[in-house]
Parts: sequence; structure tokens; C-alpha cells
Amino acid sequence: MPRPERSFRTDALILKRRDFGEADRLLTLLTPRYGKLDVIAKGARKPTSSKTGHVELYTRADMLLHRGRELDIVVQVEMLKPYLELREDLQRGAYANYAAELMDRFTTRSEEDSTVLFTLLDETLQRLCVDEDPRLAVRYFEVRLLDEVGFRPELHECVVSREAVQAEDQYFSYADGGVVRPEHAIRSTSFVPIPMVTLKVLRHMQRSPYSHVQSLSISRALHDDIERILLGYITFLLEQKLQSVDFIRRIRS
Amino acid sequence: MSKAIPEPVIRLTEAFARLPGIGPKTAARLTYFLLRAPDEISQSLADALHDLKTETKFCSVCFNITVSDPCEICADAKRDGRVIAVVEEPLDVLAIERTGAYSGKYHVLHGAISPVNNIGPDDLRIRELVERVGQQDVLEVIIATNPGMEGDATAMYIKRELEPKGVKIQRLARGLPVGGDLEYVDSVTLTRALQGRSEF
Repeated sequence: MPRPERSFRTDALILKRRDFGEADRLLTLLTPRYGKLDVIAKGARKPTSSKTGHVELYTRADMLLHRGRELDIVVQVEMLKPYLELREDLQRGAYANYAAELMDRFTTRSEEDSTVLFTLLDETLQRLCVDEDPRLAVRYFEVRLLDEVGFRPELHECVVSREAVQAEDQYFSYADGGVVRPEHAIRSTSFVPIPMVTLKVLRHMQRSPYSHVQSLSISRALHDDIERILLGYITFLLEQKLQSVDFIRRIRS
Repeated sequence: MSKAIPEPVIRLTEAFARLPGIGPKTAARLTYFLLRAPDEISQSLADALHDLKTETKFCSVCFNITVSDPCEICADAKRDGRVIAVVEEPLDVLAIERTGAYSGKYHVLHGAISPVNNIGPDDLRIRELVERVGQQDVLEVIIATNPGMEGDATAMYIKRELEPKGVKIQRLARGLPVGGDLEYVDSVTLTRALQGRSEF
């Protein structure tokens, strides 16, 4: 969406930030109407700046931005949702890192309407704060994100033969983006086995709202298996390792 | 860059432009200033740059930057070695020293955990801190990492690693800055300021 005025107001989730110049911070934002934006918060590292504390990672803020020549400038900012639990629990914080990294990698700075992605990340951060097991929220986020950015995995028919999948253990092809029937696996590439139960949970996540998925009782082993498939597929799509995954593994052990 | 500019000028301009906060215009301005300035200014700058790398090292105890090893603070018998303040950067040591309110020792991590920037616990001096607490007679560790997402994650990770050692672990208080305005304070800081309020 084109930005008409020199100043504009937006809701924003802070995905990334790094120090810039003497006391400034460079922020990567996800906004509903303007997509992903890089902006500069001048003086935000000084303790007495009115922006300090309002431009924290993985918080939601109401911002007034001024169009700059290269970067937009944060004129005013007020934190709306602090997501405090992410700052007080190492594991929850690490999953928020992961969700923000995924969102950053799968999106470009294109200024298009990103309301669905914005709402998805906002809801996920909220779930990561309150859910007893943050893993489910992250898996649901992955499935929904893949849907939205055009990589929805095909889970109902074989991506090689286009035949319906039978109720038996199957294979999942990262390269073809979906399930492959065992007899056709040889005709696919980069495939891994996927048990029927894992496939069923993934289908459920694809079609159901989070409140329904939450009622599922998923064993630890099944969680591990869903993670194996989704992380494998995502790593294949991004063609690089995700930095936040190592840290999650480290603190889980 | 134009061929009309001599090679040494280009080299110095490019070297300045690599420094943080210096753009091409500032780099050129600094170079031409040095060209016109008396010789002793550029000579003392060159000497200082040379000595910066050859005469400094990390203190083997606290990993601060020092000329002698152990550093002056670690070698000072008057300071309390049973208390260690853990900071992210050497400049944070200076900030705490300026207060004059701390008489313990330090441990410099050289960064904070930031998976998004590919900085994990192994890239910092956390293992050395845990070893130090195990070997020396340390009663209290004050975690003075920055109060942001990365600093908080680092603090929580260090707490997890140090808890089995039975040492008292503290975190710097979070609250309102002197000279600040309550109206502009974010809700996280204000919540923590309320939680940490003290008898007046």
C-alpha cells in the first residue's frame, strides 16, 4: 500500500533491532498495512529518551513514523503489549526469537498489506506468553505461516501421482512440498518418512482454529516428530539453517 | 574514486569509512584534515593506533581489556573479590566505575546472547565465569547485563548455569532514570519500578 503523507501512524511488532550510530537503534518492524519496514529510532539507547523501553524486541507498539530519505524515522512510540513473560522465561523468549526469525526470513520489504501475518505473529507471541507448552503455539505458527507465504504443504494427495493418500505411513518430500505415497517415493527427491499420526495432526493444524488444536493431547515423541517434518521443510525452503534453533535445543537439553 | 586523488589519501579515507558511525564524507574530511595538520598530530595518531593492538590484551581473570595481566582491578587487593559484577562490554565497567559505588570485581562477557545475530553462549565468556565462580571464593554475582531482550536472556542463562554453585545471584534493579519523565516511561519499566519500590 503506498504511503501518502510524510508522516503516518501504524501498529508494529518489533522483529529485529541493532545498535546504530552513537545512541540510535535500527529496527525491523512488521506492520499490518505497510508490511515489513526498516526504521530508525534516534536516541533510543539513552536511558532518558522518550523512546527507550518502547522499542523492545517482540513487543507491539503504536508508532508515528516520518518518511526519511532512506529510512523512516520513529517520531513517537508507545508500547501497547509488552509480552513480559518472553522476557522472564528463557524458553519462551527463545521460541519468540524463532518465530520472529521465521517471519523475517519469509517476508520481504514490499509495503503490501500484511494484516494476516501481523495478526498471526501477534497471536503467537501472546500464546507463547500464556500457554503451558509453548511448542504447540510455535508449530501452529509454522503451519499458518507456510500457508500465508505460499508454501502450504500438500497433505491430502500424493504430490507425485496426485492420488489420494491412504490411511498408512507415508513419505514427505521437501522438494515437492507434500506427501508422497510409499510406492512413488523413489520418484521424488529429499523425502523423509512421515507416520500417519503425524500427518493427521498436521492436517488438523492446517484446517482448524487454534482453540481446536489446543485441545489435542500430543505426546512428547509426537511433538518431536511434527517438529522434525516442519523444521526440515522450512530449512529446505530457506536454504539455510535457522540461527535461533540451536539456542532452543541448547536450553532444552 | 577519481584517479586525481593520490593512493595514500584513498587508502586512509577508506580506512576511516570502515569505522562505525563514519560515512564517506566524514572519512574524506578527516583525511584532508590530517593532510593539512602538523606532522605530530598524524604521528601521534599512528602511534596510538599501533599501540592499541600491540600493547593491550584481555585480562585472564575478568576478560576486560588491559595492559597488564591480571588487570589493575583484578590485582587490587583492596577490592572485594567475593563479589563479581557481570557486564556485557568493557565500556560497562567504566560506567560502573564512574559511580564510585562499587568495590567488587568484574567479569566481561564481550556481548550478549542473540540467536538472531548468531551469538550463542559459546561466543561469550560464560564458561570462564562459571569456572571462576567454582574456583575462587565468590559469594555473590551481580548480573549487570543490559535490560533488554538479549541482556535478559543472557542473565537468565547465566543464572541457570550458576545456580548449582550455590552462589547468591543478583540482577541490577530496573526502574526510572534520573531526569526522566513518568509520562514517557514504558509499561515494563514502570511495572518493575513498582515491584521494586522501596521504603522512603
